[in-house]
Amino acid sequence: MAHEHKLEIFRGLWKFKSNISKIWGVFAFLCAVTAVEVVLGIVKPESLTDSHFLAMKTLNWIFIILTLVKAYYITWDFMHMRDEWKSLRRSVVWTAVFLICYLILILLIEGDYIFDVYKMNYIKFDF
Amino acid sequence: MEATVAKTGTEGKTWGGGNRPLNASYGKLMMWFFIVSDALTFSGFIASYGFSRFKFIDAWPVADEVFTHVPFLHGVPAPMYYVAFMTLVLIFSSVTMVLAVDAGHKMQRTKVAWYMFFTIIGGAIFVGSQAWEWATFIKGDYGAVETKGGKIIQFLNTEGERVALADFAKQLPGDREIHEKKNGIWYAEEPVTMTTFSFEEVKAGFLANDDLLIRTQYLDEHGHPTVLSREASIEKLVNDGKLVVEGANLRHNEYGHPLFANFFFFITGFHGFHVFSGVVINIIIFFNVILGTYERRKNYEMVEKVGLYWHFVDLVWVFVFTFFYLV
Repeated sequence: MAHEHKLEIFRGLWKFKSNISKIWGVFAFLCAVTAVEVVLGIVKPESLTDSHFLAMKTLNWIFIILTLVKAYYITWDFMHMRDEWKSLRRSVVWTAVFLICYLILILLIEGDYIFDVYKMNYIKFDF
Repeated sequence: MEATVAKTGTEGKTWGGGNRPLNASYGKLMMWFFIVSDALTFSGFIASYGFSRFKFIDAWPVADEVFTHVPFLHGVPAPMYYVAFMTLVLIFSSVTMVLAVDAGHKMQRTKVAWYMFFTIIGGAIFVGSQAWEWATFIKGDYGAVETKGGKIIQFLNTEGERVALADFAKQLPGDREIHEKKNGIWYAEEPVTMTTFSFEEVKAGFLANDDLLIRTQYLDEHGHPTVLSREASIEKLVNDGKLVVEGANLRHNEYGHPLFANFFFFITGFHGFHVFSGVVINIIIFFNVILGTYERRKNYEMVEKVGLYWHFVDLVWVFVFTFFYLV
């Protein structure tokens, strides 16, 4: 079975000689990202926890973006999405991404609204 | 058969059948279908966790005060290290899995078997670690008091360090009989979990120690839980306190809101179940590799399919890690 693998990541910035070395390269990258996350999670720099961007702490934005980066490389290189046809890639990724974004948007707005109701109304709930 | 099938004249054309619309085999495509639907299930869970968290945004437990334990290092606060280790184990088992798939493409049977073996070991370590993490979470460490309104209050000394209930609760005279149906009211039951101290004992101990303060669930603008003054602490405990909580279960949670424990058990449990079933499937495939099933079939596509599932389990963990432990 001849299998074609695209042997470069970061849009061609990092090229590999074989599929095996690409796997180890992606592993190193994922470890590095996880290490950054853990260090930030333990240190929690004040400049990042006290500043906000779009109603969320900057630090949490960094965590979420790094998570999406990891998810991308797991799907693209470990699950070989990079080597699949564009049609398969899109039918899997776009469907999930669209539905998940919608779900998160709806639920978080609703949760925030209920928080406001608890906070502003006349029901005593902290006793 | 040959005689009954009419030629349609479309052989070799796009709609003539026999081709793969997305250039993936039936099995792989179905695995992707399953993964998408399973991803939506997990998103539903994680998004509802987000919903509950936004609902109680000013009173949610701070994750690195909850998960501070590492096996064999008792009493050493080490936030996040163990869960980071678990993440690395799972990513590494993903790597051995993708190496098995690669070896399968080259029809190297022994290599596939070895890499599958390492993947199974990694998965087993992960499930074991998760069981340990659950046990630690259920056991709890400092203990807390629940108020009449279901809020959690925790105890600190004046230096701001947590104090365990056992360190200050007073032993009051009196026996606590375990209620049984045969000798009491038949419809009444004991609480789900018995605690080492009664609320009265904790209250007496708290009033006797002047350097104890109360910390509420409510977070200040820096995201740290609010600490009350001594007078306010006494007032809070005497007026509102009701129940001693040790550890976490589905009804009470000494670390904060019970929903945190509920979602923790449910989401990590559901993920752990996926890891467990992944290990079982990997073991089946491992034996098939050893028996030479795929050697005779002349392709190792089954390894690729379970590989997809295994990477998906890793992918979900990446998100669980972020939303339970980091954010």
